[in-house]
Amino acid sequence: MARTMTGAEMVIAALCDQGVEHIFGYPGGAVLPIYDELFQQEKVKHVLVRQEGGAVHAAEGYARSTGKVGAVLVTSGPGATNAVTGLTDALMDSVPVVCICGQVPTHLIGNDAFQECDTVGITRPCTKHNWLVKDVNDLARVLHEAFYIAKAGRPGPVVVDVPKDIQFATGNYVGPSNIAHKTYKPRMKPEQTAVREAVDLLINAKQPLFYTGGGVINSGPKASQLLREIVRLTGYPITSTLMGLGAFPASDKQWLGMLGMHGTYEANFAMHDCDVMVAVGARFDDRITGRIDAFSPGSQKIHIDIDPSSINKNVRVDVPIVGDVAYTLEDMLRIWKSKTPQLDKAAHKAWWKQIDQWRAKKSLAYKNSRDVIMPQYAVERLYELTKDRDPYITTEVGQHQMWAAQYFRFEEPNRWMTSGGLGTMGYGLPAAIGAQMAHPKSLVIDIAGDASILMNMQEASTAVQFELPVKVFIVNNQYMGMVRQWQQLLHGNRLSHSYTESLPDFVKLAEAYGWTGMKCENPAELDDAIREMIDTKGPVIFDCRVATLANCLPMIPSGKAHNEMLLGDDVTEEEVEHAISEEGKVLV
Amino acid sequence: MVNTFTKSDPKSHYVGPGAVQEVVSRTLSVLVDNEPGVLARVIGLFSGRGYNIDSLTVTETEHEKHLSRITIITRGTPNVIEQIKHQLERLVPVHHVHDLTLEGRSLERELALIKISGRGENRIEALRLAEIFRANVIDASTEHFVFEITGRTSKIEQFIQIMTELGLVEVARTGIAAIGRGPSSL
Ligand SMILES: Cc1ncc(C[n+]2csc(CCOP(=O)(O)OP(=O)(O)O)c2C)c(N)n1
Ligand SMILES: [Mg+2]
Repeated sequence: MARTMTGAEMVIAALCDQGVEHIFGYPGGAVLPIYDELFQQEKVKHVLVRQEGGAVHAAEGYARSTGKVGAVLVTSGPGATNAVTGLTDALMDSVPVVCICGQVPTHLIGNDAFQECDTVGITRPCTKHNWLVKDVNDLARVLHEAFYIAKAGRPGPVVVDVPKDIQFATGNYVGPSNIAHKTYKPRMKPEQTAVREAVDLLINAKQPLFYTGGGVINSGPKASQLLREIVRLTGYPITSTLMGLGAFPASDKQWLGMLGMHGTYEANFAMHDCDVMVAVGARFDDRITGRIDAFSPGSQKIHIDIDPSSINKNVRVDVPIVGDVAYTLEDMLRIWKSKTPQLDKAAHKAWWKQIDQWRAKKSLAYKNSRDVIMPQYAVERLYELTKDRDPYITTEVGQHQMWAAQYFRFEEPNRWMTSGGLGTMGYGLPAAIGAQMAHPKSLVIDIAGDASILMNMQEASTAVQFELPVKVFIVNNQYMGMVRQWQQLLHGNRLSHSYTESLPDFVKLAEAYGWTGMKCENPAELDDAIREMIDTKGPVIFDCRVATLANCLPMIPSGKAHNEMLLGDDVTEEEVEHAISEEGKVLV
Repeated sequence: MVNTFTKSDPKSHYVGPGAVQEVVSRTLSVLVDNEPGVLARVIGLFSGRGYNIDSLTVTETEHEKHLSRITIITRGTPNVIEQIKHQLERLVPVHHVHDLTLEGRSLERELALIKISGRGENRIEALRLAEIFRANVIDASTEHFVFEITGRTSKIEQFIQIMTELGLVEVARTGIAAIGRGPSSL
């Protein structure tokens, strides 16, 4: 039923009809009519961030910790351009976000008006889709379509650009319809012949491996459930990308840990030597494959993905399956069960024995110290002391991010939020704010780096205003550690501009924002300090001073294959400096 | 939906150094909603991902349904072509992507307007050749002709080449429009 209302009212009505409870935003001239409507209602809670980039990351954290669509509201011009990094981040990591932007009135578009920018032009390559609404009677339809597109198929960010005159104009509001979208109909159910082929390959595999990714999490909790079921039913080993952590419990004995550039020895060697690989919602990113022409050379590859363009993009596969992860795993389970398969038990036993030998390398072992806190130890202790509270973890980008992925162990999906594809420093704090908004009672921790945290530090104010007790655990090595590590690997250890000079006093900084500030530099005091942090009611910055020059290992140096890993324990500084060949140096 | 992936040889996932894939030319017909920005999306996809465009034409073809047809001639290895098709299909306003080259020999035509300037022998020779090529004169004076020619790209290029020697001063081309043979439609 159509109702007559203004464009600004339609925005609120559409948000309500789409079940949006929180919207992250920042006002400005071109969105004032929408802000005026926000003021006069109570259904949609507006979370005022301190910079629009923070709004999009917060919406990402919200979306990834709930499975819902994150909503953002920003003004024209600089509001929209500030949102671009977050939109790109959400695109790379397939996070559903609807970003509503104000725009100058339609008659001024193209005139270089005050705070005008070509928002749809700028955001076209960094959104899944975008719209400029030029008729108020299209607005409601476009908004509902925006939520559909953000969520359907492979999720992603979308932008709806709404000129100010459209916000004031009156037109007909329509609710969300059940009419199928004209063109965008992602395939959910897989082709059965392909699924059968995949099951047959799996049944006959001698050295099988599940390789899972963020697509499992995006598919929803059911997908993680089915993944656990099929992995346990088959008894096969499983590894995951950075984005997929939590879909399968890290405490399980079939779990090999994360794979890829900083993955475990057993996961990477299993990838290299497996004979059947099932890629589930993962996209063969270069951080996973390493040297592409040496990537898992002897395996038959099955690839389940909802996005056909992910298949055969980097690595050619034998059995492509286009479909939603949950639907596909369900079918695979059904077919597997209907067959009462005869597995090659002896081969599997030998395969596990081989895996156990790789595991015995203990690739995550590190030399601990009594004098300084080792960064790995810091994350390990943080995990041990918080694991019973089912915490939500976000990260910034750098070594601390990889250490978090390696030493924090996830048992459930939607607990781990990190910027994987884009690698955006400054992601963690706003993402933690978004996650905390969605889970007010939960423990939410941003595992941060000393450099990254300063990129969106202003969001500390947001946490105070909305009484969000997020904890920021800074693994403070006083370096842009990951940059320093690469300079050591590639550039003769010339540490060009990677020392984080003039760092603020984080304790005082915390206090200035109204947070609690803490500092710890003694390994013997770490546990008590972490406990104190958890028990502190409001938001806390924990300045954890760690060894400054620790390297993040194990590592597959760029240009190398999975079975050419640098291991942590026995590697000398010499070897680190010569680990990458001339050809490897040009790779990122 | 049909499976649109090409099969690789079992156990051979890589185009090894010895087996470099051949670059092929393909004619793609892309049916899109005629909405603002749709062409920018398609072109942005090609430039952003480093694909080639040899020719591109676009016009609304079904007015009531707001449908446009974009005809793209692109080049790449079969793997790249497969990626291009899947990437195009992923764009929200795209209805279908048809590989006319793969679906059977397509009919491809281009139109060119060609201006010849000069007097004397060359002028007569140009007119004579135009007749052979079935080009029409659509404008003329004592010192120039404008020819209109349609046909396959190779024919147009041949004509242009010849006219270069006979006083060619300007060329405008439409790019290629393509359609599949036979009674069925996209
Ligand atoms: C916005 C942005 N700029 C630059 C980079 C490149 N970069 C990657 S890691 C890193 C250093 C991060 O330092 P810190 O936050 O202290 O983390 P650490 O590696 O020391 O744990 C930089 C500069 C990036 N990822 N993002
Ligand atoms: Mg650091």
